[in-house]
Amino acid sequence: MSAIVEEISLDELAPGEHGTVLSFTDGRMVTNRLASLGFTPGVGVDMTQNYGHGPLIVTVRGTRVALGRGEAAKIFVQKGLK
Amino acid sequence: MSDCHDTSVAVAPRPVSVGTKTPLIALAGQPNMGKSTLFNLLTGLNQHVGNWSGKTIDRREGIFLLDGQECNLVDLPGTYSLTANSPEEVIAREFILRESPDLVIAVISAANLERSLYLVSELVTLPAPLLVVLNMMDVAEQEGIRIEPEVLEAALGVPVIPMTATRASGAKDLLRVVGDMLAGRRVSMPHLPEIRTDHLDVLNEIMRHTLGYVPSPYPAEWTALKLLEGDAEMTRAMRAALPASNWEAINAVLIQHDDAFLAVASGRYEWIARMIRAAVVHPKVGQISLTERLDRWAAHPFWGLVILAGILGLVFWLTFTLGTPVQTWLATQMVSRLAGLTSAWLINAPSWLHDLLVGGIIGGVGSVTTFLPIMIIFFATFALLEDTGYMARAAYVMDNLMHLMGLHGKSFLPLFLGFGCNVPSIMGTRTIDSPKARLLTTLIAPLVPCTARMAVVAFLAPAFFGSNALYVSWGLVLLSLTLLVLSGTLLNQVIFQGQRSAFIMEMPLYHLPNARTIGLLVWQRTMSFVKKAGTTILAMAVIVWALSYFPNGELQTSFLVRFGHFVEPVGRLMGFDWRLTVALLTSFPAKENAVATLGVLFGSSPAGNLSQVLTASFSTASALSFQVVTMLFIPCMATVAAVRQETGSWRWTLFNVGMLLVISMGAGSAVYHLARFLGL
Repeated sequence: MSAIVEEISLDELAPGEHGTVLSFTDGRMVTNRLASLGFTPGVGVDMTQNYGHGPLIVTVRGTRVALGRGEAAKIFVQKGLK
Repeated sequence: MSDCHDTSVAVAPRPVSVGTKTPLIALAGQPNMGKSTLFNLLTGLNQHVGNWSGKTIDRREGIFLLDGQECNLVDLPGTYSLTANSPEEVIAREFILRESPDLVIAVISAANLERSLYLVSELVTLPAPLLVVLNMMDVAEQEGIRIEPEVLEAALGVPVIPMTATRASGAKDLLRVVGDMLAGRRVSMPHLPEIRTDHLDVLNEIMRHTLGYVPSPYPAEWTALKLLEGDAEMTRAMRAALPASNWEAINAVLIQHDDAFLAVASGRYEWIARMIRAAVVHPKVGQISLTERLDRWAAHPFWGLVILAGILGLVFWLTFTLGTPVQTWLATQMVSRLAGLTSAWLINAPSWLHDLLVGGIIGGVGSVTTFLPIMIIFFATFALLEDTGYMARAAYVMDNLMHLMGLHGKSFLPLFLGFGCNVPSIMGTRTIDSPKARLLTTLIAPLVPCTARMAVVAFLAPAFFGSNALYVSWGLVLLSLTLLVLSGTLLNQVIFQGQRSAFIMEMPLYHLPNARTIGLLVWQRTMSFVKKAGTTILAMAVIVWALSYFPNGELQTSFLVRFGHFVEPVGRLMGFDWRLTVALLTSFPAKENAVATLGVLFGSSPAGNLSQVLTASFSTASALSFQVVTMLFIPCMATVAAVRQETGSWRWTLFNVGMLLVISMGAGSAVYHLARFLGL
């Protein structure tokens, strides 16, 4: 199956939508912190709150994590894969 | 267990011969797992708080009894992992490696097993016996999660004790197993996370180059793994320990595998997934949790701010209806009465001794301690908001506004506490995880107008401005806050080059506050302040008193007044005469002293009279400028002591004092000249 992978940044995920983390483009320090909170490639994330401006809340591995929009923009996800 | 982990031999327990040495037990866990609750449950009041050496991070240590035998319990800082992302993480792992505790108790949450096992996946690789406390069984039950602790224990190879620390349930089992482990009757033989085969080759290659060079007490394989993870602290240590050629060889490998740290983290989560598949018989049911429902309001961009404003309003109301009257009562009844009694008692003593005790110590330290009730209200509010999980929501909704200053939401509540008193505010900066943001918040915190400064405003504004006092007061508060935002923005640009630490924050589940946790926190913060009042603040009070007393035993001809005359030219820039300058200088021990000094200098006239004398003596421009400067002037000595304690550096403390000196005098001169220009 060769569906076109829709790769978007995490901040573009609407509330209620699900995504699978593909990659990180932030520095190693930040990526390390994200990894210790549950963000690793291949993990599923659910957007819990995203008003299109300001920080947002994602649920990853059963934990609700608040991220700044800048941080979320550097995490790339594939939309809609569960 | 994979055979590549021959280091697991080091996991073999070291039985403690009971009676010869006090066993040392470390408590580890991620934030929001109920680690403090468990620590308080075990140690009760047999605990004390200090600092980790050279760091302003709380070090809690306590004693508990196990079959009549004393055990030392050290509460390690709460960390998500053991990779050197923060000072807390370095402290936690260095303690385990260097102090070799007899047992490490890892606290995890049954309601959040997957995330909380991440730290355990790192702890199992360290050479210390491990015990896992599966806390928050009650929350897990509410959420429909069912876990079999025996299965988890078998999968981990580490004893697992189910508990609900808030209700003290499971404590007996815990103590029994701790006793068994210390006596060597029970051991931990953890099953370690595996490393992907391709990375295993890399790891072995790194270990070939580090062979014989890994400094004690670091295990060789652990060190190689940390290098692969890009751990800043271990990279630095090994670079220093290795010959250049070995380091270059390793560096080449690391550059080639610069994404290995994500593979290592993924490996840990795979290990966790195996544990969960085995032990969780019923996952979380899909119902909307209480946290989710509450967050629809508390974390909403608009309603969240409304709720926050409501809570803050309540705190102010409590301060003014409870804190301020008690403070006034303490000042007028206790401190004045104590001064009176001391005076009577020292009737035949030399007058300098009398003045030192009554004017210097009781007047200085005493008036600072009358603010304790207000501080306690703020300490308690802070502890309550943190313990319920609301603090993270306040930080979340305030993030946009704090952005302006290069800060994020976590700085908001500590700053807000400053309205009560700058001391709890600066002590509250400990909850900010980034050291830079913590420093920046500490530096601007003294610009928040505290109740003592508002008391000066409340006295002087009506005296100088009559019916316009209210507008002047609001103007002064607004000016302070504007300057706070401006100096925050400027400091961030100049000192931190506009960098802003990443905003990544767990939103913990809401839970009912635990009275013991809050009570102990308030008690410890209060004691910490009382200790400071007895040391740093006492010393400063004596110095300021000596300057205002010697050489002739009176203020009017003292060194302080001479200094006031000497710096009068500077004071004149702000429209001050020497008396206003001296009043300003004496506001250092306690802000309200400014009013008292004016009283002395104008001939100890009764308060009602003083306001008339003041209006007659100074132009509106001078009066305005004086109010601006007292509002923004160098913080009181209690605040300076707190800044010293929290920054851990006299240089930053002096910088802070200097910065406020420049801001207050700059603003004072500007206001004075503007007022003159407007013909006031």
